[in-house]
Amino acid sequence: MTATTTTLERPAIATRAPRRPGRAIAHYALPAFTFVAVCYLLLPIAVMIVFSFNDYQGKFNFAWHGFTLNGWLHPFDWQGLPQAIRTSLFIAVVSTIAATILGTLIGLALTRYQFRGRGAINGLIFLPMATPEIVMGASLLTLFVASATQPPFNSIVPRGWLYPLGVQTILIAHIMFNISYVVVTVKARLAGFDRRLEEAAMDLGANEWSTFWRVTFPLILPGIVAAALLAFSLSIDDFIITNLVSGATTNTFPIWVYGIQKNALPVQINVIGSIVFLGAVAFVAISNIISARRR
Amino acid sequence: MAVAAGAAPRRAPGGGWRHRLRRATPYLLLAPGILWLLIFFIVPSIQMFLTSVSTGSIDNGFKLTFSSKAYETAFTKFPRQLTNSLVYGGIATVLTFLIGFPVAYTIAFRGGRYKNILLFLVIAPFFTSFLIRTISWKILLNDTGPVLGPLKDLHLVAPDFGLLFTPLAVVAGITYNFLPFMILPLYVALEKIDPRLIEAANDLYASHWGAFRRVTFPLALPGVFAGSILTFIPALGDWVNAELLGNTQTKMIGNVIQDRFISQGDYPTAAALSFILMAGILVTVSLYGRFLGTEQLTG
Repeated sequence: MTATTTTLERPAIATRAPRRPGRAIAHYALPAFTFVAVCYLLLPIAVMIVFSFNDYQGKFNFAWHGFTLNGWLHPFDWQGLPQAIRTSLFIAVVSTIAATILGTLIGLALTRYQFRGRGAINGLIFLPMATPEIVMGASLLTLFVASATQPPFNSIVPRGWLYPLGVQTILIAHIMFNISYVVVTVKARLAGFDRRLEEAAMDLGANEWSTFWRVTFPLILPGIVAAALLAFSLSIDDFIITNLVSGATTNTFPIWVYGIQKNALPVQINVIGSIVFLGAVAFVAISNIISARRR
Repeated sequence: MAVAAGAAPRRAPGGGWRHRLRRATPYLLLAPGILWLLIFFIVPSIQMFLTSVSTGSIDNGFKLTFSSKAYETAFTKFPRQLTNSLVYGGIATVLTFLIGFPVAYTIAFRGGRYKNILLFLVIAPFFTSFLIRTISWKILLNDTGPVLGPLKDLHLVAPDFGLLFTPLAVVAGITYNFLPFMILPLYVALEKIDPRLIEAANDLYASHWGAFRRVTFPLALPGVFAGSILTFIPALGDWVNAELLGNTQTKMIGNVIQDRFISQGDYPTAAALSFILMAGILVTVSLYGRFLGTEQLTG
């Protein structure tokens, strides 16, 4: 939050209303354009929320037929939906915890130690972020299938671990693609870290272990929390990779939505989407208020 | 490095297991995560390459024959989908830049006290599911939806005019879904620019446009590079927009990969297409980096 306040205090340039008419157009054109662009970004969200109150006819929630609270009174009332939400939450929580731990350790190693192979490690972290999801999902699928059918994998991997596909293969994939994002986020926080704080703690007689837990960790915790939130949201919304590695019987919420929208478009999709959206907005608003109070 | 090297001699004189442990610390920290990436990113990539040069079927198993048949199939059977991916992904990236740059510029230089709220609105779409957003476009663009319905009632467009299931809808959907990925890096780059540099240019008699072209824009190039990569890569691999908003003629390479893997069990062709996609991205990104002269920024 401190970073944003300093930027806010910076004088904005060219905010005076200009005198010449040509300048005036340029002066108002940019804010007007930005307004239109933001509307474009928010339009589908508005549609999602408005249509969560639609008393739609037939199978598809496409055309407006009048206001109802039915969807909001029965938000989970569709076959497979509660189970899909539970699966999504479970996978998001477990993969977030695992990826945050693994990624933070890598971030620590990369920022505070000198070692051979740093370039290769950085490359390995960067690659998954530069690879399209479909390619990552596809290659994991070939590995999982090979683990059951092809040497050498079928002799190394115990039967049933990676194939048939299921919750465990989705978890593997989500941890994998989340590690890089955690490393990048934690590294950004560690980059501005004042090492003299640790030296001071050591000079005052703290050993490395207590220095880490009582000085270093509390200072980098905001970065770790940010990384975990990012990992959670990436995991819970992932569709393209999950679709390839989930198998036929395991549904996460996005997989369930994709499966059902071919034959019907229940209002519950809009209701759950709206709950998640409004919940996230409330979370951001509350955390902003809390951090503003602390200052 | 500083503590590992600087504190080591003071705290652990001489050798012994403590010293060795300290030397091993970075590797111990790296090991679990890096192993995970090696086993579940690198090994699968190798396995996928091997699959692309194999022959066989999902039922009878695949044999490594080092055949190029899958690549021939990929190029001869799916040239349209390969072209669609490049064209739609390319157009969407250009569009996100054209829309995103003025927005990022306005937020960075003219945002004032609305800066944080504007940034929040830009990332607001991320608070809803990617699929639900795309389904919302389906609601918006369908023949009787909020956009076309009123226009048709007023006879402003022909009754049989449609937007949904056209290439236009696919490009609009991709542009929409990846626009925040363009705006945020552009904003970060523009926000870092010291306004005094622009004032200096103006003091030296540069016109507003001249200052923008020769000072602001060159300084924003890292953001342009990051933004276009963050948009182009997922746009090229996306198939959800083409599936939900397009028709059979607008399928992209991702649709084929998805379909070959899940429905057809034709792993070699799907793997070959994935490899072509990946190679295409690596070539495009490195050429683009060289063109903008920003290779040093990616390392």
